[in-house]
Amino acid sequence: MDWYPLYNSLRIAAISTVAVFFLGIFAAYYIAKLPRLVKGVLDVVLTLPLVLPPTVVGWLLLCLLGPKRPLGAWVQAAFGVKLVMTWWSAIFATVVVAFPLMYRTARGAFESFDHNLADAGRTLGRSNAWVFWRVQMPVCKQGILAGTVLAFARALGEYGATSMIAGYTPGRTATISTTVYQLWRTNDDIGALKWVLVNIAISAVFLLAVNLLETRQRQKGGGR
Amino acid sequence: MALSVDIRKKMGDFQLEVQFEAEREILALLGASGCGKSVTLRCIAGILTPDEGKIVLDGVPLFDSAAKIDLPPQKRQVGYLFQQYALFPNMTVRQNIAAAVRDKQRRKAVTEEKLRQFRLEEVADKRPGQISGGQQQRAALARILASEPKTILLDEPFSALDSYLKYQLEVELAETLEQFPGTILWVSHDRNEVFRNCRRVCVLDQGKSQGTFTLRELFHEPVTEAAARLSGCKNYADAVPSGNAVSLPEWGLTLDCGKEVSADIRRVGIRAHHVTMTAANAPGAFPCEVLRVIQDVFITIVLLRPEGAAPDAPPLRMELERDAWHAAKNKGRVWITIQPRDILLLK
Repeated sequence: MDWYPLYNSLRIAAISTVAVFFLGIFAAYYIAKLPRLVKGVLDVVLTLPLVLPPTVVGWLLLCLLGPKRPLGAWVQAAFGVKLVMTWWSAIFATVVVAFPLMYRTARGAFESFDHNLADAGRTLGRSNAWVFWRVQMPVCKQGILAGTVLAFARALGEYGATSMIAGYTPGRTATISTTVYQLWRTNDDIGALKWVLVNIAISAVFLLAVNLLETRQRQKGGGR
Repeated sequence: MALSVDIRKKMGDFQLEVQFEAEREILALLGASGCGKSVTLRCIAGILTPDEGKIVLDGVPLFDSAAKIDLPPQKRQVGYLFQQYALFPNMTVRQNIAAAVRDKQRRKAVTEEKLRQFRLEEVADKRPGQISGGQQQRAALARILASEPKTILLDEPFSALDSYLKYQLEVELAETLEQFPGTILWVSHDRNEVFRNCRRVCVLDQGKSQGTFTLRELFHEPVTEAAARLSGCKNYADAVPSGNAVSLPEWGLTLDCGKEVSADIRRVGIRAHHVTMTAANAPGAFPCEVLRVIQDVFITIVLLRPEGAAPDAPPLRMELERDAWHAAKNKGRVWITIQPRDILLLK
Protein backbone atom coordinates (compact mmCIF):
# COMPACT_ATOMS: atom_id res chain seq x y z
CA MET A 1 0.00 0.00 0.00
CA ASP A 2 1.30 3.43 -0.97
CA TRP A 3 1.21 5.69 2.09
CA TYR A 4 1.84 8.90 0.20
CA PRO A 5 -1.77 10.25 0.60
CA LEU A 6 -1.51 9.88 4.39
CA TYR A 7 1.80 11.71 4.51
CA ASN A 8 0.54 14.39 2.14
CA SER A 9 -2.75 14.90 4.02
CA LEU A 10 -1.00 15.20 7.37
CA ARG A 11 1.59 17.69 6.20
CA ILE A 12 -1.02 19.84 4.43
CA ALA A 13 -3.23 19.80 7.54
CA ALA A 14 -0.31 20.51 9.87
CA ILE A 15 1.09 23.40 7.85
CA SER A 16 -2.30 25.01 7.31
CA THR A 17 -3.18 24.58 11.01
CA VAL A 18 -0.03 26.46 12.02
CA ALA A 19 -0.86 29.22 9.54
CA VAL A 20 -4.51 29.38 10.57
CA PHE A 21 -3.56 29.37 14.27
CA PHE A 22 -1.65 32.64 13.96
CA LEU A 23 -3.89 34.22 11.32
CA GLY A 24 -7.05 33.37 13.26
CA ILE A 25 -5.75 34.64 16.60
CA PHE A 26 -4.33 37.77 15.00
CA ALA A 27 -7.63 38.51 13.25
CA ALA A 28 -9.70 37.73 16.35
CA TYR A 29 -7.54 39.96 18.58
CA TYR A 30 -7.57 42.99 16.32
CA ILE A 31 -11.08 42.71 14.93
CA ALA A 32 -12.52 42.55 18.46
CA LYS A 33 -11.19 46.10 18.97
CA LEU A 34 -12.68 47.62 15.79
CA PRO A 35 -15.84 49.74 15.62
CA ARG A 36 -19.04 47.74 15.39
CA LEU A 37 -19.82 48.40 11.70
CA VAL A 38 -16.36 47.46 10.41
CA LYS A 39 -16.39 44.46 12.71
CA GLY A 40 -19.73 43.29 11.30
CA VAL A 41 -18.58 43.55 7.69
CA LEU A 42 -15.22 41.84 8.30
CA ASP A 43 -16.96 39.17 10.31
CA VAL A 44 -19.21 38.25 7.38
CA VAL A 45 -16.35 38.26 4.88
CA LEU A 46 -14.07 36.14 7.08
CA THR A 47 -16.76 33.65 8.04
CA LEU A 48 -18.11 33.22 4.51
CA PRO A 49 -15.79 30.29 3.60
CA LEU A 50 -17.40 28.34 6.44
CA VAL A 51 -20.80 28.33 4.79
CA LEU A 52 -19.83 28.44 1.11
CA PRO A 53 -19.65 25.11 -0.73
CA PRO A 54 -15.98 24.08 -1.07
CA THR A 55 -16.36 24.10 -4.86
CA VAL A 56 -17.21 27.80 -4.75
CA VAL A 57 -14.11 28.44 -2.64
CA GLY A 58 -12.09 26.35 -5.11
CA TRP A 59 -13.42 28.25 -8.09
CA LEU A 60 -12.68 31.61 -6.45
CA LEU A 61 -9.16 30.46 -5.57
CA LEU A 62 -8.57 29.34 -9.16
CA CYS A 63 -9.74 32.76 -10.31
CA LEU A 64 -7.01 34.27 -8.19
CA LEU A 65 -4.17 31.77 -8.43
CA GLY A 66 -4.73 30.04 -11.79
CA PRO A 67 -1.78 30.21 -14.22
CA LYS A 68 -3.63 32.61 -16.52
CA ARG A 69 -5.02 34.79 -13.73
CA PRO A 70 -3.25 37.99 -12.59
CA LEU A 71 -1.66 36.69 -9.38
CA GLY A 72 -0.88 33.22 -10.70
CA ALA A 73 0.59 34.61 -13.92
CA TRP A 74 2.68 37.16 -12.06
CA VAL A 75 4.15 34.58 -9.67
CA GLN A 76 4.91 32.29 -12.58
CA ALA A 77 6.64 35.10 -14.48
CA ALA A 78 8.57 36.38 -11.47
CA PHE A 79 9.54 33.11 -9.77
CA GLY A 80 8.81 30.42 -12.34
CA VAL A 81 6.52 28.70 -9.86
CA LYS A 82 3.06 27.38 -10.60
CA LEU A 83 0.62 28.03 -7.76
CA VAL A 84 -1.84 25.29 -8.67
CA MET A 85 -1.59 21.53 -9.19
CA THR A 86 1.33 21.08 -6.75
CA TRP A 87 1.08 19.32 -3.36
CA TRP A 88 1.20 22.62 -1.48
CA SER A 89 -1.54 24.21 -3.61
CA ALA A 90 -3.95 22.40 -1.32
CA ILE A 91 -2.69 24.53 1.57
CA PHE A 92 -4.38 27.58 0.03
CA ALA A 93 -7.66 25.70 0.02
CA THR A 94 -7.33 24.29 3.54
CA VAL A 95 -6.25 27.61 5.03
CA VAL A 96 -9.25 29.40 3.57
CA VAL A 97 -11.80 26.82 4.71
CA ALA A 98 -10.23 26.22 8.16
CA PHE A 99 -9.62 29.88 8.97
CA PRO A 100 -13.22 30.77 9.98
CA LEU A 101 -13.28 27.95 12.55
CA MET A 102 -10.14 29.23 14.26
CA TYR A 103 -11.16 32.85 13.93
CA ARG A 104 -14.64 32.38 15.37
CA THR A 105 -13.65 30.19 18.31
CA ALA A 106 -10.70 32.42 19.18
CA ARG A 107 -12.91 35.49 18.97
CA GLY A 108 -15.50 33.88 21.21
CA ALA A 109 -12.77 33.09 23.72
CA PHE A 110 -11.36 36.62 23.58
CA GLU A 111 -14.80 38.15 23.96
CA SER A 112 -15.48 36.21 27.16
CA PHE A 113 -12.03 37.13 28.50
CA ASP A 114 -12.26 39.40 31.54
CA HIS A 115 -10.53 42.56 30.39
CA ASN A 116 -9.88 43.60 33.96
CA LEU A 117 -7.15 40.95 33.91
CA ALA A 118 -5.42 42.70 31.03
CA ASP A 119 -5.89 46.09 32.67
CA ALA A 120 -4.50 44.72 35.93
CA GLY A 121 -1.39 43.50 34.11
CA ARG A 122 -0.91 46.84 32.46
CA THR A 123 -1.30 48.87 35.65
CA LEU A 124 1.27 46.54 37.23
CA GLY A 125 3.71 47.70 34.57
CA ARG A 126 3.57 44.74 32.21
CA SER A 127 3.68 45.24 28.43
CA ASN A 128 0.68 44.52 26.21
CA ALA A 129 2.62 41.63 24.64
CA TRP A 130 3.34 40.12 28.07
CA VAL A 131 -0.30 40.43 29.04
CA PHE A 132 -1.38 38.79 25.79
CA TRP A 133 0.99 35.81 25.87
CA ARG A 134 1.18 35.24 29.62
CA VAL A 135 -2.40 35.97 30.68
CA GLN A 136 -4.89 36.26 27.83
CA MET A 137 -3.69 33.26 25.83
CA PRO A 138 -3.42 30.88 28.82
CA VAL A 139 -6.81 31.99 30.14
CA CYS A 140 -8.38 31.50 26.69
CA LYS A 141 -6.50 28.21 26.19
CA GLN A 142 -9.64 26.06 26.01
CA GLY A 143 -11.17 28.10 23.21
CA ILE A 144 -7.91 28.43 21.31
CA LEU A 145 -7.28 24.69 21.60
CA ALA A 146 -10.81 23.89 20.45
CA GLY A 147 -10.36 26.20 17.46
CA THR A 148 -7.04 24.60 16.57
CA VAL A 149 -8.49 21.10 16.73
CA LEU A 150 -11.46 22.06 14.60
CA ALA A 151 -9.19 23.78 12.08
CA PHE A 152 -6.93 20.73 11.87
CA ALA A 153 -9.86 18.36 11.48
CA ARG A 154 -11.38 20.56 8.79
CA ALA A 155 -8.05 20.84 6.95
CA LEU A 156 -7.55 17.07 7.10
CA GLY A 157 -11.03 16.44 5.71
CA GLU A 158 -10.95 19.09 2.98
CA TYR A 159 -11.96 17.69 -0.40
CA GLY A 160 -13.82 20.04 -2.77
CA ALA A 161 -11.56 23.04 -3.02
CA THR A 162 -8.45 20.83 -2.76
CA SER A 163 -9.44 18.66 -5.69
CA MET A 164 -10.06 21.77 -7.80
CA ILE A 165 -6.85 23.56 -6.99
CA ALA A 166 -4.43 20.65 -6.51
CA GLY A 167 -6.15 17.98 -8.54
CA TYR A 168 -5.42 14.27 -8.06
CA THR A 169 -2.00 13.07 -9.12
CA PRO A 170 -0.96 9.85 -7.36
CA GLY A 171 2.31 10.33 -5.52
CA ARG A 172 2.21 14.10 -5.97
CA THR A 173 -1.02 15.82 -4.97
CA ALA A 174 -3.10 12.90 -3.73
CA THR A 175 -4.59 13.32 -0.27
CA ILE A 176 -6.67 10.80 1.69
CA SER A 177 -9.94 12.37 0.66
CA THR A 178 -9.10 12.68 -3.04
CA THR A 179 -7.70 9.14 -3.00
CA VAL A 180 -10.92 7.73 -1.53
CA TYR A 181 -12.91 9.45 -4.25
CA GLN A 182 -10.60 8.24 -6.99
CA LEU A 183 -10.62 4.62 -5.74
CA TRP A 184 -14.40 4.60 -5.40
CA ARG A 185 -14.75 6.07 -8.89
CA THR A 186 -12.59 3.27 -10.34
CA ASN A 187 -14.63 0.60 -8.48
CA ASP A 188 -11.77 -0.24 -6.09
CA ASP A 189 -13.93 -0.65 -3.00
CA ILE A 190 -11.28 -2.55 -1.06
CA GLY A 191 -8.73 0.20 -1.64
CA ALA A 192 -11.26 2.84 -0.71
CA LEU A 193 -12.21 0.99 2.46
CA LYS A 194 -8.56 0.89 3.57
CA TRP A 195 -8.28 4.66 3.32
CA VAL A 196 -11.66 5.15 4.94
CA LEU A 197 -10.46 3.11 7.92
CA VAL A 198 -7.20 5.05 8.06
CA ASN A 199 -9.12 8.32 8.07
CA ILE A 200 -11.52 7.16 10.77
CA ALA A 201 -8.58 5.95 12.88
CA ILE A 202 -6.75 9.26 12.65
CA SER A 203 -9.85 11.27 13.48
CA ALA A 204 -10.74 9.00 16.42
CA VAL A 205 -7.22 9.14 17.88
CA PHE A 206 -7.22 12.86 17.45
CA LEU A 207 -10.54 13.41 19.23
CA LEU A 208 -9.52 10.99 21.99
CA ALA A 209 -6.33 12.94 22.57
CA VAL A 210 -8.28 16.16 22.82
CA ASN A 211 -10.71 14.63 25.32
CA LEU A 212 -7.83 13.35 27.46
CA LEU A 213 -6.20 16.75 27.36
CA GLU A 214 -9.42 18.38 28.50
CA THR A 215 -9.95 15.93 31.34
CA ARG A 216 -6.41 16.43 32.59
CA GLN A 217 -6.89 20.17 32.40
CA ARG A 218 -10.04 19.89 34.50
CA GLN A 219 -8.38 17.63 37.09
CA LYS A 220 -5.50 20.04 37.47
CA GLY A 221 -8.16 22.48 38.63
CA GLY A 222 -7.39 26.13 39.01
CA GLY A 223 -9.14 28.72 37.00
CA ARG A 224 -12.40 30.22 38.05
CA MET B 1 -0.13 68.07 46.14
CA ALA B 2 -0.11 64.29 45.90
CA LEU B 3 -2.88 63.65 43.39
CA SER B 4 -4.87 66.22 41.53
CA VAL B 5 -7.63 65.28 39.11
CA ASP B 6 -9.66 67.57 36.88
CA ILE B 7 -11.16 65.66 33.97
CA ARG B 8 -14.15 65.55 31.67
CA LYS B 9 -15.31 62.64 29.57
CA LYS B 10 -18.43 61.98 27.56
CA MET B 11 -19.60 58.39 27.20
CA GLY B 12 -22.85 58.19 25.26
CA ASP B 13 -25.44 60.02 27.33
CA PHE B 14 -23.20 60.00 30.34
CA GLN B 15 -21.08 63.04 31.08
CA LEU B 16 -18.25 62.72 33.59
CA GLU B 17 -16.94 65.88 35.23
CA VAL B 18 -14.69 65.16 38.15
CA GLN B 19 -12.45 67.53 40.03
CA PHE B 20 -10.67 66.86 43.32
CA GLU B 21 -7.32 67.06 45.01
CA ALA B 22 -5.96 64.52 47.44
CA GLU B 23 -3.03 64.82 49.81
CA ARG B 24 -1.16 61.87 51.24
CA GLU B 25 -4.34 60.56 52.81
CA ILE B 26 -7.22 58.18 52.29
CA LEU B 27 -9.76 60.09 50.24
CA ALA B 28 -13.14 58.49 49.63
CA LEU B 29 -15.01 58.75 46.34
CA LEU B 30 -18.58 58.29 47.45
CA GLY B 31 -21.50 57.92 45.07
CA ALA B 32 -24.42 55.72 44.10
CA SER B 33 -23.69 52.90 41.65
CA GLY B 34 -23.39 54.07 38.08
CA CYS B 35 -22.31 57.58 39.05
CA GLY B 36 -18.90 57.31 37.41
CA LYS B 37 -16.67 56.22 40.28
CA SER B 38 -15.05 53.34 38.41
CA VAL B 39 -14.73 55.41 35.24
CA THR B 40 -12.85 58.02 37.26
CA LEU B 41 -10.45 55.41 38.63
CA ARG B 42 -9.94 53.98 35.15
CA CYS B 43 -9.05 57.42 33.81
CA ILE B 44 -6.50 57.89 36.59
CA ALA B 45 -4.98 54.46 35.94
CA GLY B 46 -4.78 55.13 32.19
CA ILE B 47 -7.20 52.38 31.19
CA LEU B 48 -9.65 54.98 29.85
CA THR B 49 -8.70 58.30 28.32
CA PRO B 50 -10.59 61.45 29.37
CA ASP B 51 -11.71 63.84 26.64
CA GLU B 52 -9.98 66.73 28.32
CA GLY B 53 -8.42 67.82 31.58
CA LYS B 54 -5.43 67.06 33.68
CA ILE B 55 -4.25 64.35 36.09
CA VAL B 56 -1.11 65.05 38.12
CA LEU B 57 0.50 62.58 40.53
CA ASP B 58 3.31 63.81 42.80
CA GLY B 59 4.07 66.64 40.39
CA VAL B 60 4.21 64.33 37.35
CA PRO B 61 1.48 64.91 34.77
CA LEU B 62 -0.08 61.54 33.89
CA PHE B 63 -2.59 63.12 31.57
CA ASP B 64 -2.83 66.64 30.23
CA SER B 65 -5.02 67.22 27.20
CA ALA B 66 -3.61 70.72 26.65
CA ALA B 67 0.00 69.49 26.61
CA LYS B 68 -0.96 66.25 24.80
CA ILE B 69 0.41 64.09 27.60
CA ASP B 70 -1.16 60.66 28.09
CA LEU B 71 1.13 58.19 29.82
CA PRO B 72 0.30 54.50 29.27
CA PRO B 73 -0.85 52.58 32.38
CA GLN B 74 2.55 50.89 32.55
CA LYS B 75 4.30 54.21 33.24
CA ARG B 76 1.82 55.68 35.73
CA GLN B 77 2.74 53.75 38.88
CA VAL B 78 -0.88 53.60 39.89
CA GLY B 79 -1.93 50.53 41.86
CA TYR B 80 -5.48 49.47 41.04
CA LEU B 81 -7.40 47.05 43.27
CA PHE B 82 -10.19 45.77 41.02
CA GLN B 83 -13.62 44.89 42.38
CA GLN B 84 -13.11 41.18 41.73
CA TYR B 85 -9.35 41.58 42.34
CA ALA B 86 -8.38 40.50 38.77
CA LEU B 87 -5.81 37.96 39.93
CA PHE B 88 -4.43 36.02 36.96
CA PRO B 89 -6.31 32.69 37.21
CA ASN B 90 -3.63 30.80 35.29
CA MET B 91 -0.93 31.64 37.82
CA THR B 92 -0.30 30.72 41.45
CA VAL B 93 -0.42 33.37 44.16
CA ARG B 94 3.38 33.49 44.12
CA GLN B 95 3.50 33.92 40.34
CA ASN B 96 0.83 36.62 40.54
CA ILE B 97 2.93 38.64 42.96
CA ALA B 98 6.15 37.97 41.06
CA ALA B 99 4.49 39.26 37.89
CA ALA B 100 4.31 42.71 39.47
CA VAL B 101 8.06 42.95 40.17
CA ARG B 102 9.78 44.08 37.00
CA ASP B 103 13.30 44.11 38.39
CA LYS B 104 14.50 40.52 37.84
CA GLN B 105 17.25 40.69 40.45
CA ARG B 106 14.85 41.64 43.21
CA ARG B 107 11.88 39.61 42.00
CA LYS B 108 12.35 36.61 44.25
CA ALA B 109 13.19 38.61 47.37
CA VAL B 110 10.28 41.04 46.97
CA THR B 111 7.84 38.24 46.21
CA GLU B 112 8.82 36.24 49.29
CA GLU B 113 8.71 39.35 51.45
CA LYS B 114 5.17 40.17 50.29
CA LEU B 115 4.04 36.58 50.81
CA ARG B 116 5.28 36.79 54.39
CA GLN B 117 3.93 40.25 55.02
CA PHE B 118 0.45 39.30 53.80
CA ARG B 119 0.46 35.86 55.44
CA LEU B 120 0.12 34.10 52.11
CA GLU B 121 2.98 31.59 52.46
CA GLU B 122 0.63 28.65 52.96
CA VAL B 123 -1.35 29.36 49.80
CA ALA B 124 1.60 30.63 47.74
CA ASP B 125 1.42 27.71 45.33
CA LYS B 126 -2.35 27.70 44.98
CA ARG B 127 -4.29 29.38 42.25
CA PRO B 128 -6.69 32.26 42.91
CA GLY B 129 -9.71 29.99 42.35
CA GLN B 130 -8.58 27.72 45.18
CA ILE B 131 -8.27 30.29 47.96
CA SER B 132 -10.82 32.23 50.01
CA GLY B 133 -12.15 35.67 49.18
CA GLY B 134 -10.12 37.23 51.97
CA GLN B 135 -6.94 35.56 50.77
CA GLN B 136 -7.68 36.73 47.26
CA GLN B 137 -7.96 40.29 48.48
CA ARG B 138 -4.68 40.01 50.38
CA ALA B 139 -3.00 38.50 47.32
CA ALA B 140 -4.27 41.30 45.09
CA LEU B 141 -3.06 43.90 47.57
CA ALA B 142 0.31 42.18 47.94
CA ARG B 143 0.63 42.16 44.16
CA ILE B 144 -0.16 45.87 43.95
CA LEU B 145 2.34 46.80 46.66
CA ALA B 146 4.99 44.61 44.99
CA SER B 147 4.71 46.88 41.95
CA GLU B 148 5.68 49.85 44.17
CA PRO B 149 2.91 52.26 43.19
CA LYS B 150 2.81 55.95 44.10
CA THR B 151 -0.92 55.82 44.68
CA ILE B 152 -3.48 53.09 45.31
CA LEU B 153 -7.00 53.03 43.91
CA LEU B 154 -9.48 50.78 45.71
CA ASP B 155 -12.58 50.04 43.63
CA GLU B 156 -15.31 48.93 46.06
CA PRO B 157 -12.82 46.71 47.91
CA PHE B 158 -15.49 44.67 49.71
CA SER B 159 -18.12 44.25 47.02
CA ALA B 160 -16.90 40.71 46.33
CA LEU B 161 -17.28 39.57 49.94
CA ASP B 162 -20.17 38.76 52.23
CA SER B 163 -20.86 41.08 55.12
CA TYR B 164 -19.46 38.95 57.94
CA LEU B 165 -16.08 38.53 56.26
CA LYS B 166 -16.15 42.16 55.26
CA TYR B 167 -15.79 43.50 58.80
CA GLN B 168 -12.77 41.38 59.61
CA LEU B 169 -11.07 42.30 56.38
CA GLU B 170 -11.86 45.95 56.68
CA VAL B 171 -9.79 46.21 59.85
CA GLU B 172 -6.93 44.33 58.17
CA LEU B 173 -7.08 46.49 55.08
CA ALA B 174 -7.08 49.69 57.12
CA GLU B 175 -3.99 48.50 58.99
CA THR B 176 -2.16 47.69 55.77
CA LEU B 177 -3.08 50.99 54.20
CA GLU B 178 -1.80 52.94 57.20
CA GLN B 179 1.72 51.85 56.23
CA PHE B 180 1.34 53.17 52.69
CA PRO B 181 3.05 56.54 52.25
CA GLY B 182 1.10 57.82 49.22
CA THR B 183 -2.42 58.85 48.31
CA ILE B 184 -5.19 56.27 48.52
CA LEU B 185 -8.51 56.68 46.75
CA TRP B 186 -11.23 54.54 48.25
CA VAL B 187 -14.28 54.16 46.01
CA SER B 188 -17.47 53.15 47.74
CA HIS B 189 -21.22 53.49 47.69
CA ASP B 190 -21.39 52.60 51.38
CA ARG B 191 -21.37 55.65 53.64
CA ASN B 192 -20.64 53.59 56.76
CA GLU B 193 -17.55 52.08 55.18
CA VAL B 194 -16.39 55.55 54.19
CA PHE B 195 -17.09 56.95 57.64
CA ARG B 196 -15.01 54.25 59.30
CA ASN B 197 -11.99 54.43 56.98
CA CYS B 198 -11.60 57.85 55.42
CA ARG B 199 -11.15 61.39 56.71
CA ARG B 200 -12.23 63.28 53.63
CA VAL B 201 -14.86 62.49 51.04
CA CYS B 202 -15.36 63.57 47.43
CA VAL B 203 -19.03 63.17 46.52
CA LEU B 204 -19.97 62.09 43.00
CA ASP B 205 -23.50 62.47 41.70
CA GLN B 206 -24.48 61.44 38.17
CA GLY B 207 -20.96 61.85 36.87
CA LYS B 208 -20.31 65.21 38.49
CA SER B 209 -18.13 65.75 41.53
CA GLN B 210 -19.88 67.80 44.18
CA GLY B 211 -16.76 68.93 45.99
CA THR B 212 -14.63 67.44 48.72
CA PHE B 213 -15.81 67.45 52.32
CA THR B 214 -14.58 66.40 55.70
CA LEU B 215 -16.64 63.71 57.40
CA ARG B 216 -18.13 66.33 59.66
CA GLU B 217 -19.19 68.50 56.74
CA LEU B 218 -20.71 65.58 54.91
CA PHE B 219 -22.53 63.82 57.72
CA HIS B 220 -23.50 66.74 59.96
CA GLU B 221 -23.69 69.71 57.63
CA PRO B 222 -24.27 68.50 54.08
CA VAL B 223 -24.89 71.39 51.73
CA THR B 224 -26.38 69.66 48.70
CA GLU B 225 -29.13 67.09 48.38
CA ALA B 226 -26.74 64.61 46.72
CA ALA B 227 -24.39 64.84 49.71
CA ALA B 228 -27.30 64.57 52.14
CA ARG B 229 -28.63 61.48 50.35
CA LEU B 230 -25.20 59.83 50.47
CA SER B 231 -24.97 60.61 54.16
CA GLY B 232 -28.16 58.61 54.63
CA CYS B 233 -30.76 61.34 55.01
CA LYS B 234 -34.14 60.08 53.79
CA ASN B 235 -36.68 62.97 53.99
CA TYR B 236 -36.60 65.86 51.53
CA ALA B 237 -38.98 68.69 50.71
CA ASP B 238 -38.96 71.92 48.74
CA ALA B 239 -38.34 74.87 51.05
CA VAL B 240 -39.02 78.60 51.03
CA PRO B 241 -36.85 80.59 53.46
CA SER B 242 -38.73 83.05 55.67
CA GLY B 243 -36.61 84.73 58.33
CA ASN B 244 -35.57 82.24 61.00
CA ALA B 245 -37.83 79.54 59.59
CA VAL B 246 -38.47 77.59 56.40
CA SER B 247 -41.90 76.91 55.04
CA LEU B 248 -42.45 73.56 53.36
CA PRO B 249 -45.44 73.93 51.01
CA GLU B 250 -45.65 70.21 50.20
CA TRP B 251 -46.20 69.28 53.83
CA GLY B 252 -48.03 72.51 54.75
CA LEU B 253 -45.52 73.16 57.54
CA THR B 254 -43.34 76.00 58.72
CA LEU B 255 -40.37 74.83 60.76
CA ASP B 256 -38.26 76.97 63.06
CA CYS B 257 -34.54 76.76 62.22
CA GLY B 258 -33.28 78.75 65.19
CA LYS B 259 -31.18 81.02 62.99
CA GLU B 260 -31.43 83.21 59.92
CA VAL B 261 -32.07 81.02 56.85
CA SER B 262 -30.00 82.07 53.86
CA ALA B 263 -32.04 83.12 50.81
CA ASP B 264 -30.46 80.54 48.47
CA ILE B 265 -31.88 77.58 50.39
CA ARG B 266 -34.20 75.54 48.11
CA ARG B 267 -34.61 72.21 49.87
CA VAL B 268 -34.49 70.75 53.35
CA GLY B 269 -33.44 67.33 54.48
CA ILE B 270 -34.58 65.68 57.70
CA ARG B 271 -33.02 62.47 58.94
CA ALA B 272 -35.60 59.82 59.74
CA HIS B 273 -34.28 59.34 63.29
CA HIS B 274 -34.58 63.07 63.96
CA VAL B 275 -38.34 62.90 63.45
CA THR B 276 -39.58 62.41 67.01
CA MET B 277 -42.93 61.90 68.71
CA THR B 278 -43.99 64.33 71.35
CA ALA B 279 -46.99 65.25 73.51
CA ALA B 280 -50.13 66.58 71.81
CA ASN B 281 -50.08 70.36 71.24
CA ALA B 282 -46.46 70.70 72.41
CA PRO B 283 -44.84 73.96 71.17
CA GLY B 284 -43.61 73.61 67.58
CA ALA B 285 -45.19 70.17 67.17
CA PHE B 286 -47.55 69.24 64.36
CA PRO B 287 -50.05 66.39 64.03
CA CYS B 288 -49.57 63.62 61.49
CA GLU B 289 -51.65 60.76 60.19
CA VAL B 290 -49.90 57.35 60.32
CA LEU B 291 -49.89 55.86 56.80
CA ARG B 292 -47.89 52.72 57.33
CA VAL B 293 -45.77 50.94 59.93
CA ILE B 294 -42.84 48.76 58.83
CA GLN B 295 -40.88 46.55 61.23
CA ASP B 296 -37.16 46.47 60.48
CA VAL B 297 -34.62 44.25 62.26
CA PHE B 298 -33.94 46.56 65.20
CA ILE B 299 -36.11 49.60 64.50
CA THR B 300 -39.61 50.53 63.49
CA ILE B 301 -40.19 52.67 60.41
CA VAL B 302 -43.34 54.80 60.41
CA LEU B 303 -44.54 56.64 57.31
CA LEU B 304 -46.40 59.82 58.25
CA ARG B 305 -48.54 62.37 56.50
CA PRO B 306 -48.56 65.85 58.08
CA GLU B 307 -52.20 66.90 58.35
CA GLY B 308 -51.71 70.01 56.22
CA ALA B 309 -49.86 68.13 53.48
CA ALA B 310 -50.76 68.31 49.79
CA PRO B 311 -52.37 65.09 48.43
CA ASP B 312 -49.32 64.12 46.36
CA ALA B 313 -46.70 65.05 48.96
CA PRO B 314 -44.06 62.39 49.79
CA PRO B 315 -44.58 60.77 53.21
CA LEU B 316 -42.46 61.86 56.17
CA ARG B 317 -40.40 58.92 57.34
CA MET B 318 -39.79 58.39 61.05
CA GLU B 319 -37.43 55.75 62.44
CA LEU B 320 -37.44 54.88 66.12
CA GLU B 321 -36.65 52.09 68.57
CA ARG B 322 -39.19 49.28 68.51
CA ASP B 323 -40.02 49.83 72.19
CA ALA B 324 -40.60 53.54 71.69
CA TRP B 325 -43.20 52.83 69.01
CA HIS B 326 -44.70 50.08 71.13
CA ALA B 327 -45.19 52.62 73.95
CA ALA B 328 -47.05 55.09 71.72
CA LYS B 329 -50.68 55.45 72.81
CA ASN B 330 -52.44 56.59 69.67
CA LYS B 331 -50.99 54.66 66.73
CA GLY B 332 -53.21 56.35 64.13
CA ARG B 333 -52.42 59.99 64.80
CA VAL B 334 -49.19 61.26 66.34
CA TRP B 335 -47.68 64.63 67.22
CA ILE B 336 -44.26 65.20 65.72
CA THR B 337 -41.47 67.62 66.51
CA ILE B 338 -38.18 68.29 64.72
CA GLN B 339 -35.38 70.14 66.51
CA PRO B 340 -34.18 73.28 64.69
CA ARG B 341 -30.56 71.99 64.63
CA ASP B 342 -31.72 68.79 62.88
CA ILE B 343 -33.07 70.55 59.80
CA LEU B 344 -30.51 70.24 56.98
CA LEU B 345 -30.67 73.36 54.82
CA LEU B 346 -29.76 72.45 51.23
CA LYS B 347 -29.03 74.51 48.15
